[in-house]
Amino acid sequence: MSGSTRYVVGLGVTIACLAGPASADVKIAFIDPLSGGGAATGILAQKTHQFYIDAINAGGGLNGEKLELLSFDNKVNPQESLIQLKRALDDGARYVVQGNGSSVALAITDAVLKYNERNPGKEVVFLNYAAVDPALTNEKCNFWHFRFDADADMKMAAMTDVIAKDKKIRKVYLINQDYSFGKAVAVAANKMLKEKRPDIQVVGDELHPLQKVNDFSPYVAKIKAAGADTVITGNWSNDMVLLIKAGKDAGLKVEWETYYGGSPGAVTAIGEAGVDALKQVSEWHRNATPELDATVAAFTRKYPGKENEYTYWRAKTMWEMFAAAAKKAGSNDPVKVARALEGMKMQTSLGDVEMRADNHQVLQPLFVSTLARGVKYDSEDSGLGWKTDAKVDAKATALPTTCKMERPK
Amino acid sequence: MLELVTVSLLNGVVYGLLLFMLSSGLTLIFSMMGVLNFAHAAVFMLGAYLSFQFGRWVGFWPALVIAPLACALVGAAIERYGLRRVHPNGHVAEILFTFGLAYVIEEVVTMMWGRNAVANNVPAVIDFPLFTIFGSTFPAYKGLMMAISIAMFVFLYVALKKTRIGLVIQAALTHPKMVSALGHDVPGVFVLVFAVGSGLAGLAGVIGGFMLLTQPTLAHAIGPIVFVVVVVGGLGSLSGALIASMLIGILQTFAVAVDYSLLDLLRALGVAVSRTSLLHEALAVKLATAAPIVPYLLLVLMLIVRPRGLLGTRDV
Repeated sequence: MSGSTRYVVGLGVTIACLAGPASADVKIAFIDPLSGGGAATGILAQKTHQFYIDAINAGGGLNGEKLELLSFDNKVNPQESLIQLKRALDDGARYVVQGNGSSVALAITDAVLKYNERNPGKEVVFLNYAAVDPALTNEKCNFWHFRFDADADMKMAAMTDVIAKDKKIRKVYLINQDYSFGKAVAVAANKMLKEKRPDIQVVGDELHPLQKVNDFSPYVAKIKAAGADTVITGNWSNDMVLLIKAGKDAGLKVEWETYYGGSPGAVTAIGEAGVDALKQVSEWHRNATPELDATVAAFTRKYPGKENEYTYWRAKTMWEMFAAAAKKAGSNDPVKVARALEGMKMQTSLGDVEMRADNHQVLQPLFVSTLARGVKYDSEDSGLGWKTDAKVDAKATALPTTCKMERPK
Repeated sequence: MLELVTVSLLNGVVYGLLLFMLSSGLTLIFSMMGVLNFAHAAVFMLGAYLSFQFGRWVGFWPALVIAPLACALVGAAIERYGLRRVHPNGHVAEILFTFGLAYVIEEVVTMMWGRNAVANNVPAVIDFPLFTIFGSTFPAYKGLMMAISIAMFVFLYVALKKTRIGLVIQAALTHPKMVSALGHDVPGVFVLVFAVGSGLAGLAGVIGGFMLLTQPTLAHAIGPIVFVVVVVGGLGSLSGALIASMLIGILQTFAVAVDYSLLDLLRALGVAVSRTSLLHEALAVKLATAAPIVPYLLLVLMLIVRPRGLLGTRDV
């Protein structure tokens, strides 16, 4: 063997050694928008997941292995997401994290199911932290998908419980984005209002294109002409901000019942006009606990600035539950972790949390809150912040499911 | 009904004038230089960010002047040091150049101001209701926007049609060598036109910045619609752009107000479509839901029926 060949062999062995321990790590693929329209939300989520993964690694990792987050940009496009998923699987990812866009989540959950059927021994688990189309834990459910956010129906149930008690509400206008999630919100609102307050009139049921409307004034004119006193909307990101901005400009006096009134920029856009008028349903808000949670404070220290305002409490729940499941399973193998996650219970500073075994939907406390002055922790340096109107305990958020999943033998 | 019609008409005119404000600079550059400037929306976005930044430092009114001037300088530099070198390689090279430039500006903006929307709120001096109509308030800043948009039209119209420099500019497009031989500085004219066009985009950005959301996707949000206005109006026609803007603004606003679908129309005509029919779902879409595609439908129809647009003098 000549010197140079020996050198090459030696180098090869060195590379193999370097690659060895790295490939033993648990690779987690984060597939969400990192450029374009949804980038602001996607990047904030990426930072949040990385923050909690760093915390797990700093505590020695899981079962002696470190976690590694690989990021893939899907531009909130289902087709693009499938390409990125393929890349992630080629890179050795065994867990997939995604949240922005139910259309994307539906594509990923299908692809993961097929992949796992064809590749026994290499199974992948899908951790969904934000896609809330109820179908994902009902007719489209499968063993590999776990959802850590309350679905659209659960949030609507909490919202309509509060509406049911408010006798001032008589005429409701629904305005939502024209895709699977927006339609799910409209269906749930119609059904639940009829059950809980049959006297309430639904005076409008609008669907508008997703993230394509620049000026919501025509819609506001319609809301006003319909004589609505309350608007229910599942709009998020730009669609949320521009809608309430147009409402404020036209002097529209309604109660805004929203899913994402806490979207970045929304509080700034509505300002004082939103006090006592803007409401949201969420699993957490800055004033949910008397003192700001330690990890939230640590996150804010690590990522200061308005655009990094902490939003994803459910990511904290997700990673704590994930770590607990891996410990319980004594392994980081996705099949074993998934089995351990089923029916897992945990206590948090907000109350009990449970991962339902029958459809893999997390049950966690939900808060209905209103924008108010003089709260302890304000949002977006506006002097305004969220004040709890009602808290629904985890158990009470559960809804019946049509899910019938097949479990691996 | 009267209320909805009146308010919708007002909203339509406001939206139409906003569209004209956005597209006037583009139509100027195209008609006078023959350059289809894909970076126009990006310069508009730059204007929005600059006015936000200057607004913080020196207040809104100075920013209303400084931001467009800064955009005009940027435009002049683009023409002098970029476009002029690319020009001899033909139109495709020019389009690709402005196309790439749009991305460069977008990335620069993202690097400087971040990916999230900046808090570009309506300045307090123009944030009050101008008047109330059927219980809806009409904000003063929309009034200012309308005034600026109309002023832009008058300025461009008079400058191009009634002044000597306008004559020279128009001649320089079709007969550059002749104009040059007569002693006019043709390259200088092109720098001026591009600077004014970019300045108008910047001015639109000052107002558009707080009417829309000042974030790096702003250029993408308005880019396509601006091209629709220019093509429908007739490439290079200022009056055409104004008419097209108003047409699109009013059509789209009224479409939102109409809660009927093609299915309802067929039903009224006595035609029944079965629920199981493949067409049922497509026909059941309400016009209101489809409103934002109205401009693009208009674009496609216009290109088929009258490729030169409403008042255009040459084909696309």
